[in-house]
Amino acid sequence: MTQHASPPRDSTGKVPSAGEPPAWRGLMARADVRTLSLLGVLAVLILIGGITKPDEFLDTRNLQLVLTQASVIGVVTVGMTFVITSGGIDLSVGAIVALASVWATTVATQEYGFGGILFTAVIVGVGCGLVNGMLIAYGAMVPFIATLAMLASARGLALQITDGKTQIVTVPSVLDLGERDAYVLGIPPLVMVFAVVTIIGWLILNRTTFGRRTVAVGGNAEAARLAGIDVRRQRLYLYLLSGLCCGIAAFLLIVLSGSGQNTNGNLYELDAIAAAIIGGTLLSGGRGTITGSVLGVLVFTTITNIFALNNLQSDVQQIAKGAIIVAAVLVQRRTASTT
Amino acid sequence: MASEPPLLTMSGITKSFPGVRALDGVDLDVQAGEVHCLLGQNGAGKSTLIKVLAGAHQPDTGTIHWRGEAVTLRSPIAAMRLGIATIYQELDLVEHLSVAENVHLGHEPTAAGFVVRGKAARASTARLLKRLGHPEIDPARLVGELSAAQQQIVSMARALSHDVRLIVMDEPSAALDPDEVDNLFRIVGDLTADGVAVVYISHRLEEIRRIGDRVTVLKDGRAVAGGLPAKTTPTREVVALMTGRNVEYVFPERPTRDVTAGKPLLEVRGLAREGEFEPLDLTVRPGEIVGLAGLVGSGRSEILETVYGARKPTAGQVLVDGQALRPGSVRAAVRAGLGLAPEERKAQALLMLESVTRNVSVSSMSRFSRGGWIDRTAELRAARAATRELSLRPDNPSVPVRTLSGGNQQKAVLARWLLRGCRVLLLDEPTRGVDVGARAELYAVVRRLADEGLAVLLVSSEVPEVLGLADRVLVLREGRVVHTAPTRELDEHRVLDLVMEGSPAS
Repeated sequence: MTQHASPPRDSTGKVPSAGEPPAWRGLMARADVRTLSLLGVLAVLILIGGITKPDEFLDTRNLQLVLTQASVIGVVTVGMTFVITSGGIDLSVGAIVALASVWATTVATQEYGFGGILFTAVIVGVGCGLVNGMLIAYGAMVPFIATLAMLASARGLALQITDGKTQIVTVPSVLDLGERDAYVLGIPPLVMVFAVVTIIGWLILNRTTFGRRTVAVGGNAEAARLAGIDVRRQRLYLYLLSGLCCGIAAFLLIVLSGSGQNTNGNLYELDAIAAAIIGGTLLSGGRGTITGSVLGVLVFTTITNIFALNNLQSDVQQIAKGAIIVAAVLVQRRTASTT
Repeated sequence: MASEPPLLTMSGITKSFPGVRALDGVDLDVQAGEVHCLLGQNGAGKSTLIKVLAGAHQPDTGTIHWRGEAVTLRSPIAAMRLGIATIYQELDLVEHLSVAENVHLGHEPTAAGFVVRGKAARASTARLLKRLGHPEIDPARLVGELSAAQQQIVSMARALSHDVRLIVMDEPSAALDPDEVDNLFRIVGDLTADGVAVVYISHRLEEIRRIGDRVTVLKDGRAVAGGLPAKTTPTREVVALMTGRNVEYVFPERPTRDVTAGKPLLEVRGLAREGEFEPLDLTVRPGEIVGLAGLVGSGRSEILETVYGARKPTAGQVLVDGQALRPGSVRAAVRAGLGLAPEERKAQALLMLESVTRNVSVSSMSRFSRGGWIDRTAELRAARAATRELSLRPDNPSVPVRTLSGGNQQKAVLARWLLRGCRVLLLDEPTRGVDVGARAELYAVVRRLADEGLAVLLVSSEVPEVLGLADRVLVLREGRVVHTAPTRELDEHRVLDLVMEGSPAS
């Protein structure tokens, strides 16, 4: 970065690169540092859990529980990572999860069985994402405002549908998916869904034109537009994608809790944003990492678990979470500015 | 005046940005009570110099003496405390605040330390506005409701609300009508009579003659002449200093064949945007480079961006190969084979966090992807081929584009369009931020692309660049084509005359 041309120079305009390590190596190292530091944090947490509650924390059932809990918010975070990478934000994810989960568990929907519940959850999620996307991409609304409006409306609608009551799921095939019998090689199906969503998300972001366009729009929307990218359509698709993830997460939550509630997904938006940010996705857009986001989710879920096992109240948990967010961002700032 | 130490002495100021050396050892001294003019073409370093003076940029090396004492201008506030105020070309006013609130922003008159005394603020603002000859501006009005000229007055009132010894004015007359310019000059006269020094930046030589005392000419980040008498130095000499080449520009030879014979590839018919530029006709043939010469504000960039579809025209059409493009659609333009290398490379063209490869491939992703799945090997190969063809350095497209020098960043943009297979290249200030050595290479690249059959439309505020590169030149002034001619019928002085004509005082 220190190379500056000092005129007059030879006409080839060659930039002397000898003596300096190639910049891309630094970039790689930095990406690694970020992932490694999160892995380190996770390792420390596991160590703490193992020391404070050796029997309970490292118990297979507990680890399965942690991963299952991480799955719901994890799927939401994958969608959120795309939106943030594009320079946007989706504040409505928690509300969409709530709406999708109650819509999919009404008596009428449950009559259609497993397929009806899954289909409804996904369609409601995608539908909300479509509204968000249209408002933002073609209505030129600021993502913050559009999704804040969606947050309020979806929560309201969810309350209207349930009238504040918990809707118990009576479809056995849905409930069975959460039972131990459904585990494959000890892995709960919900965790498998999370893993699949993560892998597909990673591939889309890193290996497809869709991912490239997402990064380009987030990095410099004007440059993307002038390079011939349809920025508006891309934005629409991104909020659709986030909505889709919310729909899937709603279904997972239905399986996990055996019910649909209008209070579901409370503050998911903050958890998902926090996980993505500590994972290394830039809030200003242009850089996103699915791996980082998933590690971020695992860190937060593990903290919650350890605190619960140690009978610490959720207030302490919240404080710890806040501290981790600040620490992670400070570390990132540091690694980002050392070039 | 000469016996006293100068109010301000800057010596040996250098300032580098990644890829460019904006200031390369500039000296400037300013006496109390004088109007010291700064002249120079775009990219000569004027803006960087005044930002250093305003405390907005820290110089890499060099010293600043203020009333005989060495000072460091750590921040804009530090500069302001010393009595240095800067009025930028883009006014930095808060539109949603009132005139009085803007004038006193940051140093509001208060009671008990925190309660803003609005009435006192309005009264003192009214006094300042009266002194500036604009008592009709109501201090309670919102700044957003004022005209550009009035906003400038508010900006000046803000400068004067401090105990100011030196005011820097960056092209203050650019947005003003002739009679408003007269008022501006009267204000400048009053200020200097009070012993305040004014550093005045303008493109308009006539203005400098009228109010300037001394002139410092900047070129390529150096002060090529310091403290010339503003009124008596011949125009010819000033223009020569502004344009004279320390490093000879090396332009590629023009092809011997006649490029004006073919069928036009790009055709612009009556294209206009209200308030920006008037109906314009032009054609560019394959192999031809057509230049648009004009000052900032002459509508050059706007024209290029409208041709490209990035701005929607209010009238007229753009045709490529005889086919009309959908107006206001960048995607239609790109599909038809247009490519734009915009003026603000970093803001408008490059993905600064990304590698060269990704910057080059962004417009042709469908070429090496199937079903949205990118073949990264093919992508890298294509990017490498395109960047090699332009001898982009370093020869490694995996490096982040932000580590490249200005000239190589520009090549990355050109490589993008080369890979896309573009047929009409629109170049907006292609050598902005590119150091002199690398320019010759860029010129050669542009000429070679034209020789390969591309139609090139070139915009530049650097007259020698247009003359050296283009086959045909359209001279623009205030959104209007004032002259069209083959390059061989023009020279630098003639074009500068055409470009600067019509300044209020001429």
